[in-house]
Amino acid sequence: MAIELKMPALSPTMEEGTLAKWLVKEGDEISAGDIMAEIETDKATMEFEAVDEGVLARIVVPEGTDEVAVGAVIAILAEEGEDADSVEAAPASEPAPQPASAETAEPEADDPPLTKPETVARAADPDIPEGTAMVTLTLREALRDAMAEEMRADERVFVMGEEVAQYQGAYKVTQGLLDEFGDKRVIDTPITEYGFAGIGTGAAMGGLRPIVEFMTFNFAMQAIDHIINSAGKTNYMSGGQMRCPIVFRGPNGAASRVGAQHSQNYGPWYAAVPGLIVIAPYSAADAKGLLKSAIRTTDPVVFLENELLYGQSFEVPDLDDYALPIGKARTVRSGNDVSIVSYSIGVGIALEAAQKLAEEGIEADIVDLRTLRPLDKAAVLESLSRTNRMVVVEEGWPACSIASEIAAICMEEGFDDLDAPVMRVTNEDVPMPYAANLETLALVDADKVVAAAKAVSYR
Amino acid sequence: MASDTERRNLPPLELHVPEPKFRPGDDADFSDIAIPTVGETRRPDIADDHRDMPDLSYGLVRVLDDDGKAAGPWDPKLDPETLRKMLRAMALTRAYDGRMFRAQRQGKTSFYMKCTGEEAVAVAATFALDRDDMTFPSYRQQGILIARDWSLVDMMNQVYSNKKDRLMGRQLPIMYSTKQGGFFSISGNLATQFPQAVGWAMASAAKGDTRIAATWTGEGSSAEGDFHSACIFASVYRAPVIMNVVNNQWAISSFSGFAGGDETTFAARAVGYGLAGLRVDGNDALAVYAATQWAAERARTNNGPTLIEHFTYRAEGHSTSDDPEQYRSANEAADWPLGDPIARLKKHLISIGEWDEERHAAMDEEVATQVKTAQKQAEKNGILGHGLHQPLETMFEQVFEEMPWHLKEQMQDMLDENDAANGVCKTR
Repeated sequence: MAIELKMPALSPTMEEGTLAKWLVKEGDEISAGDIMAEIETDKATMEFEAVDEGVLARIVVPEGTDEVAVGAVIAILAEEGEDADSVEAAPASEPAPQPASAETAEPEADDPPLTKPETVARAADPDIPEGTAMVTLTLREALRDAMAEEMRADERVFVMGEEVAQYQGAYKVTQGLLDEFGDKRVIDTPITEYGFAGIGTGAAMGGLRPIVEFMTFNFAMQAIDHIINSAGKTNYMSGGQMRCPIVFRGPNGAASRVGAQHSQNYGPWYAAVPGLIVIAPYSAADAKGLLKSAIRTTDPVVFLENELLYGQSFEVPDLDDYALPIGKARTVRSGNDVSIVSYSIGVGIALEAAQKLAEEGIEADIVDLRTLRPLDKAAVLESLSRTNRMVVVEEGWPACSIASEIAAICMEEGFDDLDAPVMRVTNEDVPMPYAANLETLALVDADKVVAAAKAVSYR
Repeated sequence: MASDTERRNLPPLELHVPEPKFRPGDDADFSDIAIPTVGETRRPDIADDHRDMPDLSYGLVRVLDDDGKAAGPWDPKLDPETLRKMLRAMALTRAYDGRMFRAQRQGKTSFYMKCTGEEAVAVAATFALDRDDMTFPSYRQQGILIARDWSLVDMMNQVYSNKKDRLMGRQLPIMYSTKQGGFFSISGNLATQFPQAVGWAMASAAKGDTRIAATWTGEGSSAEGDFHSACIFASVYRAPVIMNVVNNQWAISSFSGFAGGDETTFAARAVGYGLAGLRVDGNDALAVYAATQWAAERARTNNGPTLIEHFTYRAEGHSTSDDPEQYRSANEAADWPLGDPIARLKKHLISIGEWDEERHAAMDEEVATQVKTAQKQAEKNGILGHGLHQPLETMFEQVFEEMPWHLKEQMQDMLDENDAANGVCKTR
C-alpha cells in the first residue's frame, strides 16, 4: 500500500511551514533516514527525514510552496514491489466505521420517544433474619469490629497509619487490633500522609489489601495525588491489567474547636473523581456493613468517618457477617411532606429537624445517601416524587457540594416533581472560626433545616 | 528593591540561582568532572552495614576503562554471550527509539521520548534483575521491556494507540504498562513510582515472597516529596527495593543544579536516610550491571535497600516537544567524558576478541530490520488519527471493577446517540 508523506510538525507549536526544497525527485529510491526535503518555519530550517523505504511515486506539494499546513500530504511513497506509476493519492481520511446493522435498518420517521433507559438494577440491603439480636455499639467499635472481622477472614488485609498500633489509633478506632494481629499487620508509620498513601497503593498493587488510616482527612490533602492519580486510575490506565484494592479511612468534616485547617468536609472533593468509591456513613450499623464491603471490593475506597459520631451509640444487628451494598441509600425516616437528603453527621441533624417539623405537622422523608460515589440517584428521585419538596443537608461548604449535585439531579430528572426550588442547608462559606460562638454559627444545625423545610413547604 | 525596614549596617544578603556551565554557542568542557579511575571505588560485601560505606556515595563505580578493558573489584566477569545479548538489547533500544521518533515526526503518533545515551541504565540493570522482579520505571526505561524480550509490536501498538493497544487508548504514548512483563505504568506526575515500588517491596516481604522491586526516577524529580517518603519508608522497614536516580544532567531545560546536584551527589542522599548508596558510571553497562546485581543480592538476602545514582547524559532532547539547542551547548553530548554506552561495550567485546566491526554492522542491520518489520505489523493495527480504534464501551469499562449503574446509563445513552447518528433505530 502506498504511504502518504505528510507535512511534519517540527515543533509543538508549528501549524504550517514552507516546503523550501525537495532533495529527492520522483522515481528515487528512498531509505529510512534519508533526508528528503528542507522545511522552513519562521524560526528555523529543518531537514525532513524518511521513515519508510520505497520509491518516491509522486511529489504532491512542489518546492517553494508557502503555508503548507502540518499534516497535509506532500508526497506519496510506493513500497517495495509496488508500481510507482499506479499509485494514487488515498482519500484524506478513512471513513468513520459504521455498525454492520446500519445498512439494513430503516431510519425511523418519528423522533425516538424522550424516555430514559430503564434504571439499571441495584443491590439491596440484605434481609436481617427475624429474631436477630441487636447490640449497642459506638461507631468507633463498629468500625474496629469491621476491620477485625475482615482481617481474620483475609490475611492480605492490614492497617497502617500514624499511631494505629501502640497508641491504638489517635481516636482509638484501631483499639485491640495490635494485640490480636501483631505489628506486621497493624503498622505504625512515619508522619507523612503522602508517604504512606503511596506505600499503601504500592502494597495494594503488590497483592495486599491495605487499610490506610488518616488521623484526619484534613491531614490527607497532601496524599490526594496518590488517592486520585495512583489508586483511582490504576485499573483504567493499565487497561484492566492491574488493580489497587485499598481503603483510605479516617475522620472527616468539622469536629469541635479545631479551627480552620482541621474542620473540612472532603466528601465533594473525592466524590468528583471517577474510579474512586466514596462512602460516608452515619450509623454504626451502616459504618460496619459498608466498611466490610469497602475492604472486600477490588476498587479503591475513600471511607469518610466523623469524629463527633465516634462516641455515639447505635443498634447494630448481631450477625456473623453483616456487609452492606455500596452505592445504595437508606430511608431513615418516612414521611410524605418534604424530602431531606443528607449523609454522615448531617443525617443526625436532619433527624433532629424532622422531630421539630413533626410537631408542626410536617412529616419529613429522610434519605441517608451513605455512599457519595456512586450516588443513589434513584432513591433521591423516588423520595422527591412522593414529597415534591427537597432539602439537602450537608455539613460542609455550599459551593460545588454534594447538595449542589443533588439539586442538579432534581432539576435534570425530577423537574416535573418539584413544587418548590431545591434548598441547600450547609455550613457558612468561610474557613471554620475557632471561637466557640462563631463556630456554632458557621455550622449547619437543625433550626436551619427546619426553616428551609418550612420555606419549601410555603409555611 | 526598597525595604520597608530600617537598614542595618550589614552587607546585603545575596540570592544564589544555579546556572549551568555552558549555554548554546559555548564550547562544553567537562575536564572539571572528577572521574575516579577503574578500581578506585571499592566493592563492599553485600552484607556490610550501610553505615560503613558512605564513601561509595561520592565515588563512581566503574568497570570499563577508556580502552574498553574491564577491571577492578566490580567486574561482573560476564561470559561473552551475555555481553553480546546486552549489546544487542541496547542497540535494539536505540533502533526502536530512532524509528518511533521519526514516526512521531510523520504524524503517526503525538509524542515520543528517546533514551539515547542512557540505554545501559535500563538494559544492564534488567540483565542483573530476575525476570519476575517488579519494575516501576520512569520515562527512559523502555530498555527494561526490550531486555526482557517484550514484543516490539506490543510496545508500538501502545505508542500508536491503535486497536491492539493493551491500554485501550487510555495512556499517553510511551506510558507502557504490562503486568506480565513486570512493568508498572509510567507516571506522568513523576516520582510517584518511588513510594509505590517501596510499598510493593514491603508487600512482597510481608507475604514472604522472594521477588524484589526496582524503580527509577530522573535527578530532576528526585526533588519531589515522593522521593523523600520513599527513602524514609525503605529505610525504616528495610524494604527489598532498588531505587535508581538517573542523573542525566537535564530535566527538560533545567540542569541538575536545580535539583541540588551542584552541592552534592544524588547518591549522597542515601547517607542521610540510612540507606546503602552507590554512584555509578551510567554509561558503563558492566558497572550498571554490577551495581544492580550487588543491590539486588543485598535486597534479596534481607540486607536492605540501595539508592543508586546513575551518572549519565541525556544525549537528545527531552521529548519530541523539545529542542535542546535552545538551552544547552550543542557539543555536550559528543564531549561527555564517559562516552556512549553502546560504543563502550562494543569496544570491550572487540578488545577481548569476542566481536568485530563486521559483526557489529550486521547486528545494526539486523535490529533495524527487526524494528522495521515490527513497525509494519503494528501499523496494520492502525496509527493515531486513523479513525476510531477503541469501541465506545471501552471508555466506561474498568473505571470500577463492576460498572456502576450511572456509568451503564451513560454508556447506553452514548451508544443510542451513536446508533441514531448512524441511522440505526431500535425503538420501532
